[in-house]
Amino acid sequence: MLVESLALSAVLFTIGVVGVLTRRNAIIIFMCVELMLNAVNLTFVALSKVYGATGQVFVVFTMTVAAAEAAVGLAIIIAIFRHQRTVNLSNINLLKG
Amino acid sequence: MQPNQFHSLAFSFAFYFFGLTAIASAIAFVTRKSPVAAAMWLVNVMFALAGLYVMLDAQFMATMQVLVYTGAIMVVFLFVIMLLNLGHPSEIADSRGKWGKIFALFIGLAMLAEVMALNRSNTIDRIIPADLAAKAAEAAATPLAGGVIGPIAAPLFKEYLLAFELTSVLLLAAIVGAVVLGKRRTDAR
Repeated sequence: MLVESLALSAVLFTIGVVGVLTRRNAIIIFMCVELMLNAVNLTFVALSKVYGATGQVFVVFTMTVAAAEAAVGLAIIIAIFRHQRTVNLSNINLLKG
Repeated sequence: MQPNQFHSLAFSFAFYFFGLTAIASAIAFVTRKSPVAAAMWLVNVMFALAGLYVMLDAQFMATMQVLVYTGAIMVVFLFVIMLLNLGHPSEIADSRGKWGKIFALFIGLAMLAEVMALNRSNTIDRIIPADLAAKAAEAAATPLAGGVIGPIAAPLFKEYLLAFELTSVLLLAAIVGAVVLGKRRTDAR
């Protein structure tokens, strides 16, 4: 049960990493980050079954940080879109050397 | 919940059903071209995870998962996707080239191998002390004092009260930041 949950969490986290590395759409990359946060939450919940309910307190904190991150990140994406008329990261290369 | 219920066939079936749904939806999520379809598959992943939270005796977390993640965060994502009117042909070809995909697959397999090596059952047994596991099994057998939420609320408002209060400051900063970033600047240069 615990091992299966942790393995599922590892698989979901890896899918999120592969999504971040392959996609070029800023919003989809952002959603991949949310998927990785969800995978970490699953780890917390699975281990809280053994270590006690404190792990679930950290899930509350993770969800709060994810909500704050979504609000600020999407505002940044809207600001970039207003400036560049695109959210494709290939066209957002101001800092590229 | 009775201890033998954890190993019953229906429990295992539901557990693997939610787990495989989550993996399949996550793969569909990273491969969809349209951002709206991708967001819908991500909602499916989050619902499957909420089901798993219930099976792992974290009912409050499952509620928060549905309310906060699928109910609030994903709605904001969909709102922004539709606000920016994404999904027209120039945005659709958004994946990297062949070599980028092979590189990402290699990185993904390497990471998966690393985490799975940590995840072997003997490693789990080593990081979890036996007395703690026995205590957790004993606590799971006895009915909870404060219902489902009590065991979460007690540490949240006692041990982690400072972190809890700092979270409210973080949320305030995020609200102010989002408004400042999203505001259309009329007086800029």
